[in-house]
This record gives sequence, C-alpha cells and structure tokens, in this order.
Amino acid sequence: MTVARKINALHFGILLFLLACFFILPAYHVGALSRIMVLAIYAIGLNILFGYTGLLSLGHAMFFAAGMYGLGLSIKFLGVSVIPAFGIGIISAALLSLLVGLLALRTVGVSFMIVTLMFAQTIYLVVLYFGEYTRGDEGFVLQQAERMLLGFDVTTEAGRYFVAFAAFSICLIGFAALVQSSLGKRLVAIRENEERARMLGYDVWRYKLLAVIVSGTVSGVAGALYALLFGYVGATFASVQYSILPLLWVLLGGAGTTIGPLIGVAFMFYLIDASSAYTSAYMLIAGLALVILTMFAPRGIAGILRTKVSPWLP
Amino acid sequence: MAALTLLETKGLTKTYGGLQANIDIDFTLQKGLVTALIGPNGAGKSTFVGMLSGRTSATRGRVIFEDRDISHLPAHKRIQLGLAYTFQITSIFTGLSVHENVALAAGRTMSADGNALNAKVHQTLDQVGIADRADQIAGDLSYGHQRLLEIAMGLAQEPKLFILDEPTQGLAETEINDFIALIRSLAGHTTILLIEHNMRVVMETADHIAVLDQGMMLAEGTPAQISANASVQAAYLGKTVDA
Ligand SMILES: Nc1ncnc2c1ncn2[C@@H]1O[C@H](COP(=O)(O)OP(=O)(O)OP(=O)(O)O)[C@@H](O)[C@H]1O
Ligand SMILES: [Mg+2]
Repeated sequence: MTVARKINALHFGILLFLLACFFILPAYHVGALSRIMVLAIYAIGLNILFGYTGLLSLGHAMFFAAGMYGLGLSIKFLGVSVIPAFGIGIISAALLSLLVGLLALRTVGVSFMIVTLMFAQTIYLVVLYFGEYTRGDEGFVLQQAERMLLGFDVTTEAGRYFVAFAAFSICLIGFAALVQSSLGKRLVAIRENEERARMLGYDVWRYKLLAVIVSGTVSGVAGALYALLFGYVGATFASVQYSILPLLWVLLGGAGTTIGPLIGVAFMFYLIDASSAYTSAYMLIAGLALVILTMFAPRGIAGILRTKVSPWLP
Repeated sequence: MAALTLLETKGLTKTYGGLQANIDIDFTLQKGLVTALIGPNGAGKSTFVGMLSGRTSATRGRVIFEDRDISHLPAHKRIQLGLAYTFQITSIFTGLSVHENVALAAGRTMSADGNALNAKVHQTLDQVGIADRADQIAGDLSYGHQRLLEIAMGLAQEPKLFILDEPTQGLAETEINDFIALIRSLAGHTTILLIEHNMRVVMETADHIAVLDQGMMLAEGTPAQISANASVQAAYLGKTVDA
C-alpha cells in the first residue's frame, strides 16, 4: 500500500469504527462519543495552528465562543432557523479570527500567547458585560423546537450522534486533506524553520494569518455545533479553561497529527470518567496522568505511534 | 562587448549600533558569471549578501536587480524574483525528510503536480550527489550532507542569482571537488555569488573576485589580478594562500 492509501484507510477506518460504536455501545457511551466528536473538532481547530503551524494560542475559547454565541444568540434574538444561525456562528468565528490574526501576528512567541490570551479574556468579559442578552455565567438553553435541523430532531440520542458524526467526518477528512496539501506542508515548514521558509520565498506572515483564520473558524464550527447539539450556551465556554483544555487534548493525543485530537479528547474524557468513579479528587488523578504522559511521551499518544509503529502517520 | 548587469548596489551601508559592517558599497554583478566574494573574518561579507537577499535590512543605499529597485522589497518577494540564498550556518528543515526539504524549495514555483515535482526533487538531489538519501530525515544527515542538501534547496528553485555563503565550510575534500564541478556545471546559465574562504575553490570556480575588508570594497578583478594585488595580499590573501 502506498502511504496515501494507508492514510486514507486509517481515517476511513476510524470513521467506520465511530459509526459502528453507535450500534454496539450502550447509550451512555454513545452520548459520551457525541460530545467527544464535537470537542475533537475543536481540538482539530487548535491543532492546525499549534500542531502544524507552530503558533501557540492560549485564547482559542474566544473562537469556540464566537461560534457558540453566533448560533445561540441569533436563534434566540433573531428567531432564525438552525442553518442560517449556524452560518452566522461560523462567520462570527471567521471574522474574529481574521481580526485577532491581523493584530496578534504582529507579535511572536510568548507575546503571541499573551496577546491571544488577552483577546480571549476580553471576549469573555464582553459576554459577561452583555449579561442581559447572554445571561452570563448562568447561560441560556436552546429549546428543542429551536433546534430542528431541516425537520430533523437533533435532540434525540441518535440525532445528536449522527449530526456530530457527520460534522466530525467532514472535519477529519478536510483536515487530513489540508495537512497533505502543499498548503499544509508549507505550514509545517514554517513551524520547523520560519527563517528558511521565508528565504525560500514564502510569505510567512500570510500563511500564518491563513492558519489563524482556518483554525479559528474550525473552532467556531465546534462551538456552534456544541450549542446546537447540547442546547446550552454559557460563558464557561468562553473562559480560559476552554482555551487550555483543547491544548491538553492536542498535547495528549499528539500535536501535529491528524488522529491526535480525537485520541486526546477521548483519552481525557475516559480518564476523568474512570477516576471519578473512585474518588472525588478525580481532577488530581487526571492531572497526574497528564504530567506522567508529558514526561514520558512529550509527543502524545499518536506521536508514540508515529515513532514506534507507523512513521507515515500524517 | 559590454557584459550585462544582473544586480547592482549603490551606497549600500549597514551599521550595527556604532559598528560599520558595510560602508557605501557600490558593486555590480555580471550576469552568467561566478563571482567570489572574499575577505577576512568579520569583513562584512554575510552582512552584504544579507542585504541583497533582504534578510538583513540596509541602513542606507539601494539594491537594483534586473534594472528594478528592490531595496524596499521584503526577503520573500526578492526570492520570488529569482534570488536564492544558502545560509552560512546551515538552515534546513531538520525534522522533515530530505525529499520534503527539496520539494518545499522547488514547490513554490512548480504546480502541485506530484510527478513533476518528484522528478525535479530527484534530479536536484542527484546533482549534489545525495539522491540515495532522499527518504532520510534531514536532521540525521552528516554535517557535510546537510550542507549539500541546502545547496540542493537553492538549485531546486532554479534561481537567476544563487548566493552561497561559505558553502564548502565543513565539507570533506572529495565533497569540495564535487562542489567545484557542480558550480562549473552551472556557470553560464546561473549567476553565482559565492562567499568562500577556501582559496582553491575560489581560484577554480570564480570568473571574477571581489574583496571586502572592514566593510569596504578593497579590490575587484580577475583571479589573476587579485592574486597579484599587493593590498589584497596584505589584508587577506597572503596568509591563506601560504597556509
Ligand atoms: N546582528 C548583528 N549585530 C551586531 N553586529 C553584527 C551582527 N551581524 C554581524 N555583525 C558584525 O558585523 C561585522 C561583519 O559581520 P559579517 O558576518 O558580515 O562578516 P563576514 O565577513 O561574513 O565574516 P565571516 O567570514 O566570519 O563569516 C562583524 O564585526 C560582526 O560582528
Ligand atoms: Mg559570514
């Protein structure tokens, strides 16, 4: 098998497995997987910027929130249906990432991290400030009737799962195509050696801006999808916690790999899930596992697979 | 017959704080020739070519490439006009394969067509003699091979002007011989500006030599003229040739 075939087989295999899970697994895990797939889209978004382009953003929650509030507020206050609301969510995230990219990319390294963090904090405060509409920390619920997707009920277990699955499939396949395209390779080149990339004639700044926009927009898709499928919009999702979480998922699963985001989200979910059965200090156990993994496998789970088993992993 | 000028500098100057690294350099580069830029350590050679490629910003002065003032163009735009640059300190994508390194260099101008690109990469690696290492991770190559890879990355861009900053530094004797043959094979179609400390390489490849000393152009001429030049010998050549 050629490498390209192996890569396709891997991705389609994962999607087939996820599809089968719906029929095999008990309801609890089906519900969990819906959430995992949506959050994995978020992790994919961050991975494009952090894992492939080498830019560490500490403020991705703002893009997730832009998608979430773009959809939620337009359903609630404009009375639009799900599809246009989804469009508004995506456009909000795209515009925000364009703006943040234009401003934050004037800085590099640690300053970039801090600037993205500050922007995200600003967005969080804006959400709280307009509490009259956003209901702040308390958030607001989207009713079942408001969440009909072309007559399809996404509030059932099956509806939720298949919408999450369809969206995740599109994102995974698109993401895999991106990283194997010449654009994706140029982003990796910038990550590996920015000066060399520039001195090969690549407009590094433009590629970085593109990466911020794609990354932010994909994160916004995840936010909008989350609001749609779980019917809740709240300021927690704009908080710094939701900027750090995707970073942990990506690091755990393997930064700069296509399958890392899904693995990272699933691993962390079940880690917390399993440890909370034994102790109320489950975050401590989760944290410990994280520390151990970062010490012994700094490239994450997919990173280990890449070095030990299959070097062709994209 | 007047030779054609590919690149010209006028009053090119660089100061680092109080240090004058390049002082009012007026220089012309003839198309199709191999020009060697020599001079003692710290003379300002890397600074000079850095200002040509746009990597280093000039304090003052102009750079004219193919009759066009490129002084205000950023580096990547100058590269897009047909300059290629290899660093004095090897700069490659150490985490990527050798093939991928060259593909990135060739891929800017070539369409994404996989087959044509692969053929180009293979041919270029063959030209510098490391085609058998295409699948290795660049960072795993020996130092000499990494330098050859960087040269391949320059060649793959099919530049009009190829600037090499001490390419033979750290190469073994046989690799240096191959390098000399490679430069000769490019003579005629690619204009080359070569910074070089190894006088054998200079004498065997250069059509024209420029000598930089303490930030100023000390002398220019054919290899024979430069060898005979007393001030050059005083500044630089004597020591190295005897050594
Ligand atoms: N970024 C910098 N900041 C301050 N001084 C610099 C910088 N780069 C170079 N210099 C100084 O400018 C002068 C010229 O340096 P340059 O690297 O151009 O010399 P060179 O001729 O290439 O030397 P070598 O043969 O050692 O490579 C030196 O005195 C150097 O210390
Ligand atoms: Mg130098």
